[in-house]
Amino acid sequence: MNTDEDATNAYQSLADTVGHDDPRWAFGSGVEDVQAEITSPVPDGVEPADLAAYCLMLGDDALVCSQRLTEWVTNAPELEEEVALANTALDLLGQARVLLARAGHVRGAGQDEDALAYLRAEAEFRNVALAELPDDLDFARAIARLLLFATWRLALLSRLLGSRDPVIAAVAGKGVKELTYHRDHAARWTLRLGDGTPESHRRMQAALDAVWPHVEELFRTSEVERRLADAGVAVDPAQTREEVDAVLDEVLARATLTRPAVPPAGTIGGRGGRQGLHTEHLGHVLAEMQSLARRHPGATW
Amino acid sequence: MSEYTAEGGHGAVPTEGVEGASGTPRRGWPLYEVFVRGKRGLNHVHVGSLHAADDEMALHHARDLYTRRNEGVSIWVVQAQDITASSPDEKDPFFAPSADKVYRHPTFYAIPEDVPHL
Repeated sequence: MNTDEDATNAYQSLADTVGHDDPRWAFGSGVEDVQAEITSPVPDGVEPADLAAYCLMLGDDALVCSQRLTEWVTNAPELEEEVALANTALDLLGQARVLLARAGHVRGAGQDEDALAYLRAEAEFRNVALAELPDDLDFARAIARLLLFATWRLALLSRLLGSRDPVIAAVAGKGVKELTYHRDHAARWTLRLGDGTPESHRRMQAALDAVWPHVEELFRTSEVERRLADAGVAVDPAQTREEVDAVLDEVLARATLTRPAVPPAGTIGGRGGRQGLHTEHLGHVLAEMQSLARRHPGATW
Repeated sequence: MSEYTAEGGHGAVPTEGVEGASGTPRRGWPLYEVFVRGKRGLNHVHVGSLHAADDEMALHHARDLYTRRNEGVSIWVVQAQDITASSPDEKDPFFAPSADKVYRHPTFYAIPEDVPHL
């Protein structure tokens, strides 16, 4: 052990803990053998198709939201903020990778995480609409969405720590720390903008008004979630409403913002994002996200 | 610092250079220097700099920019303008006089091998 080097090189620990050629770097640091978890047996009494569907729901939320955040790279108002949003996107991507890999394994149809991310059609995605809404490079919109998304997902994952599915429990264990930071980051910006100047207040309020119709969907329980919640694998999203409301009320009050009184976006024949019915925006997300993989199947770099 | 306001108490936001505002483009955020204490390092070490509107934002930006690869356990940030630095012009009067005083180095002692960090 070279103590001289330690004292002068803050990056020394990097070389010791994460090798540069570690193929799992995108999962984030400190992840043990993910492959072993992904192949864990399906918990007793759980329908594999249900578990796969639920992993897709949680995974697609993270994947699509990650893709939207990634749009800010080269477009953020400040370089430092760009890295912050990219970090958030990478955290969510890491969660999505594990969940999609789990879904692919449980389905047993030979689809890996890449096939599920890049080769599914729009109607096969199971994310909520909030994840796919465009920001149109309006920074307040990005913050408003991130505040809602992170607050809700943190409430979900903190209830999934004890899931009977070991992969979901593992993703929750890692994700709770990540989402706590995402929520904190979004809340700080909400306070800064909402309680800033008249102009920043107006734009932050407008951003909240724009995304708020899609809050209601977050608490809508699908049949799959209901069955898996009974089996101790999933959480009924309706149970997160109280916590999410309390957090949002506190942030909005301190930011001098008003909780939007807008009617919720409706379902069509009872179907929404969880049933594969999406807004017109998801198609644009997927077109960009999937174009390379579809144009050059099997491409590596 | 007329380009910023912290009237709400949650930190500075730009008042100029935003849409609908008049006047000159806003000045950049102030520069901060970042010091990180690594996992096994003993001291906080200067790792770089960044721009932020206030101290709190600087700390969070530092986390996002300089601890992405699991480097740190503690972060300090300080505004660059608050650092008093020696000048390169004064290099000789500052540092040369100590160059020939070998007796100030504890090299005349035998250092036990099991004493770390000397």
